[in-house]
Amino acid sequence: MSRTAATLPASLAVDLDGLRLPTPVLAASGCFNTGREMSQLVDLKRMGGIVTKSVTLRPRKGLTVPRMAETPSGMLNAIGLQNVGVEEFISREASWIEHAGVPVLVSIAGTSVEEYSRVTVMVRDIPGVVGIEANISCPNVERRGEVFACFPDQAAEVVGAMSRLTRLPVFAKLTADVTNIVEVAEACIRAGAHGLSLINTVLGMAIDTETFRPKLGAVTGGLSGPAIRPIAVRCVYQVSSALPGVPIMGIGGVASADDAIQLMLAGASAVQVGTANFFEPDATVVVAEGIAEYLARKGLSRPADIVGRGGIQHVDA
Amino acid sequence: MIRRGCEVLSLRQTGAYWSITLVAPEIAEEARPGQFVEVAVPRGREFLLRRPFSIHQASRRGGWAGTIEIVLDVIGPGTAWASELKPHDTVDVIGPLGRPFQLPRGAVPSLLVGGGYGAAPLHFLAEELRRRGKPVNMIAGARDHERVFKPVEGKRLSDLIVITTEDGSMGERGRVTDVLPALLERTRSRVVYACGPNAMLRAVAEQCLAAKIPCQVAVEELMACGLGVCWTCAVPLVARDGKGWWNVRACVEGPVFNGARIWWERWLGDAARRPDEKSDQASPDPAMAKETVPP
Repeated sequence: MSRTAATLPASLAVDLDGLRLPTPVLAASGCFNTGREMSQLVDLKRMGGIVTKSVTLRPRKGLTVPRMAETPSGMLNAIGLQNVGVEEFISREASWIEHAGVPVLVSIAGTSVEEYSRVTVMVRDIPGVVGIEANISCPNVERRGEVFACFPDQAAEVVGAMSRLTRLPVFAKLTADVTNIVEVAEACIRAGAHGLSLINTVLGMAIDTETFRPKLGAVTGGLSGPAIRPIAVRCVYQVSSALPGVPIMGIGGVASADDAIQLMLAGASAVQVGTANFFEPDATVVVAEGIAEYLARKGLSRPADIVGRGGIQHVDA
Repeated sequence: MIRRGCEVLSLRQTGAYWSITLVAPEIAEEARPGQFVEVAVPRGREFLLRRPFSIHQASRRGGWAGTIEIVLDVIGPGTAWASELKPHDTVDVIGPLGRPFQLPRGAVPSLLVGGGYGAAPLHFLAEELRRRGKPVNMIAGARDHERVFKPVEGKRLSDLIVITTEDGSMGERGRVTDVLPALLERTRSRVVYACGPNAMLRAVAEQCLAAKIPCQVAVEELMACGLGVCWTCAVPLVARDGKGWWNVRACVEGPVFNGARIWWERWLGDAARRPDEKSDQASPDPAMAKETVPP
């Protein structure tokens, strides 16, 4: 696991239309908390950023076990947004976030525009918070498959309200489980979102054939891991083609630099690593170093040089 | 928690189980009974997640100094891979993880109850208790004699050991809970430690509650990370004052819990299919209880 930092380009820094990050590789929401546990295994200062586990207005106890099922090249989860609620989050995590030495984006989830708005107001002034991710696409909520991100008008309402309440950049996290993701993305940007996080887990299900029972306590859950990477690349590509210049964070099955580079070539300015953190706690750092080596090999000087260069101009979206 | 590439020193079959000795001096130094390690499966497989294994032995002195031993039952692709490891292979290990068993104050006798290879971490605990001059008694139960974990070793570690098998092929026919109440009385044990299938832990915890004996159980719940970040391994724990409950992580707040504080019915019950909100007395908030109702 030894690496030669000396051979890498000077800077991996990226600028997502004003949101500056030290590397283009962040930890995705729900896979890193605020970095406190993982700091024992990872040098957080070498990460591009951390997107916190989603925070809601009130505490949520989450769903019944089993909450996870491993599937080929992926895993299903149904946690149900378990979290202590925004008040407790602030009292436990604010000081940690301030001193973590890594940019933090707070992920916010909720069931109404008012909930999203109130949490936005409560977290916007935490020192060290550089942005907000609007989780309007978590599949593990009461109304499965009917999340805000399934409807352009509802997505726009939530994201618009949040964006008006803070100067921080707001990224709308969208689901691929829609007929036309571009339509939802356009609605979010028109409503004032700074950028987009693409994609959340994909709604899935697995059944135990011995017991005739679903493998998840909540029956259905969100699929993550390399199994969904091509879906993420496709979504980033479609959205970035339709909305050139809009900052996109690519998410979905990133475990290696090559995975991240695919998302960047498709149009993502940065990527988030989720499931891979579970088996490789250093994944965000390893992927960033791999990107640097790739850039050096290609004779390019910065990550922005590859964003959106994946043949988009030749293909009719 | 430490992450190291660890050399496989040996791999042995013991009854129905596999035991793997790893060279892991830093982890061995820190490890305490009840804790576990997360072992990474090599890349390029279609299953991705690390596998958690409880620590059977951590040797700080003597011929095995600087090693840890884990025990596994081949139950899926990850454990099948682990059972095919060879000496000198290197595996990526994170540990020690989780909260260990709390040792009793004074020289009070303990009763250790192991089901199947759940006895593995209890052997580590027995060593630590004996080293401190605390009497150790043991019940080792399993389906059949092949699945009674290291019975000879168990005997060496205990003042008194009772073995139970469901088919009667070794020791007494029956389950650990058939002999537990009598053995509690006979050994005058003041604390019970248990590890094994969750249904067994529940039965043991209920017997201990009835006998007013404190009981620490090391639980097993599916984990994606084992590091505290994925929130997969949720165990419902009732608040100390009995009012309210919360899902805690088996990997960080556990895997060792006070058996009296686990809300067994909710955890092991079929709540996802038949939400029994009548039994939800500990939840003051109906909105939160509603979260467990499937769509």
